[in-house]
Amino acid sequence: MESLTGKRKIIESKPLNFWERIYLPAILRGLSITLKHFFRKDVTIRYPEQKREFSENFRGMHSLKRDEHGRERCTACGLCALSCPAEAITMISAERQPGEENLYREEKYAAVYEINMLRCIFCGLCEEACPKEAIYLDGDIVPSDYLRKDFIYGKDKLVEAPLNQ
Amino acid sequence: MGTTDILIKFGLIVIIFLVSLLIAMYSTYAERKIAAFLQDRVGPNRAGPFGILQPLADGAKMFMKEEIIPSTSNGFLFIVGPSLAIMTACIGSAVIPWGETLVIGGHRIPLQVTDINVGVLYIFGVVSLGVYGIMIGGWASNNKYSLLGAIRAASQNISYEIAMGLSIIALLMTTGTLSLKEIAAQQHGWHWNVVYQPLGFLIFIVCAFAETNRAPFDLPECETELIGGYHTEYSSMKLGFYLFAEYINMFISSAVMATLYFGGYNFPFMHSLGLGENWVTILGVIALFIKIFFFIFFFMWVRWTLPRFRYDQLMDLGWKTLIPLAIANIVITGIVMTFIK
Repeated sequence: MESLTGKRKIIESKPLNFWERIYLPAILRGLSITLKHFFRKDVTIRYPEQKREFSENFRGMHSLKRDEHGRERCTACGLCALSCPAEAITMISAERQPGEENLYREEKYAAVYEINMLRCIFCGLCEEACPKEAIYLDGDIVPSDYLRKDFIYGKDKLVEAPLNQ
Repeated sequence: MGTTDILIKFGLIVIIFLVSLLIAMYSTYAERKIAAFLQDRVGPNRAGPFGILQPLADGAKMFMKEEIIPSTSNGFLFIVGPSLAIMTACIGSAVIPWGETLVIGGHRIPLQVTDINVGVLYIFGVVSLGVYGIMIGGWASNNKYSLLGAIRAASQNISYEIAMGLSIIALLMTTGTLSLKEIAAQQHGWHWNVVYQPLGFLIFIVCAFAETNRAPFDLPECETELIGGYHTEYSSMKLGFYLFAEYINMFISSAVMATLYFGGYNFPFMHSLGLGENWVTILGVIALFIKIFFFIFFFMWVRWTLPRFRYDQLMDLGWKTLIPLAIANIVITGIVMTFIK
């Protein structure tokens, strides 16, 4: 009978001949194959000491950028939080006081800026949404930790290091 | 026998015991490393340089684990099982000649705990006892998987012991003695028994794999069907004892194979180098250990190459192939011996 799919194959199973029945040649062949692998160089990257080279558009940990005068670019508009599909970003805005012009570029700034790294899916939409070019996912892999609360990164971990005066 | 003799024997026993424990410990490390290398991986490399402290970490882990004795198990036999397994694994080393004699301060110290004239039979007795540890442990767990594993172990060991014994008979026909010391001494230089008994050696090594419950005959503990087999219910150091017993068994059977078929402590040109007696003995011990390490490597190499046998195939191989082969080997050996003499 013709099969419905036309993919049926008839597999012929011959009885094993003498050399196949005593297993030994097959065992020796198997042993030689594994021995070849014994001397093969492994391809493992020993992670914490060595790192795989990332592509240019790799999206890692976020960083909040500063402008050329070392002022924080973020103006706490909330577009990143709005665009975030994982709802990982929260922020509290504050008004810039007189005398803080060297710290914050805009009149409004983020007093608290938190990203929950366990929620973040590293899609990069925050970076696309930002009108001030203040957030980029240009960092490393987010390191592991023991407690959930330690994965909520505040400004202390996110903001770029200040410029050297 | 004077006090010094007793002290020397005692020291020898302690040394051999410690060495077998150390080798069993590092066999676990070697197993993981060799498995990794054969599969293009790295293996344990975090504890110490190249991970050489890994066995210590594993041991510490085993000690720290909670000890669970199932409430429905037979408490006494549950403890006897692993104790028996490791005890029988250790006492096999008593009759193996580790080397010739050392001369220290006028004392001639033979590097063998005891030279009994039925050494081969003793080894067989101890090996057959080993199955009781598994059997008792599996039965006392009151778990069907453990029991199945234990039954498999028992029937497998009994089946393969026959073929093993028959393969040894052919060897004994050529050597004419049951004492391991004399068997080792007869294979002086290059006269290794494997040259005279290649088929016997092949049967013996296959049976050794089955007796130590190693792959491809690891049916008693096959993870995929029996969830660990006879040690399913075991935890903490009792599990550690079972695993340890397997590695010590591997070490002892490697030593027995090296002694019976590969010349034991003999190495080529051992008395034509013109070295002192002690040096020859020490080199002999090193030669024996190189042979043993090769066999341990071979055990692991095979484990990570071959898939497990199906149970009926295992029994077929034991009863329908190895036993007739071993009998044929005896007959051929007998015929050849009659014609040569």
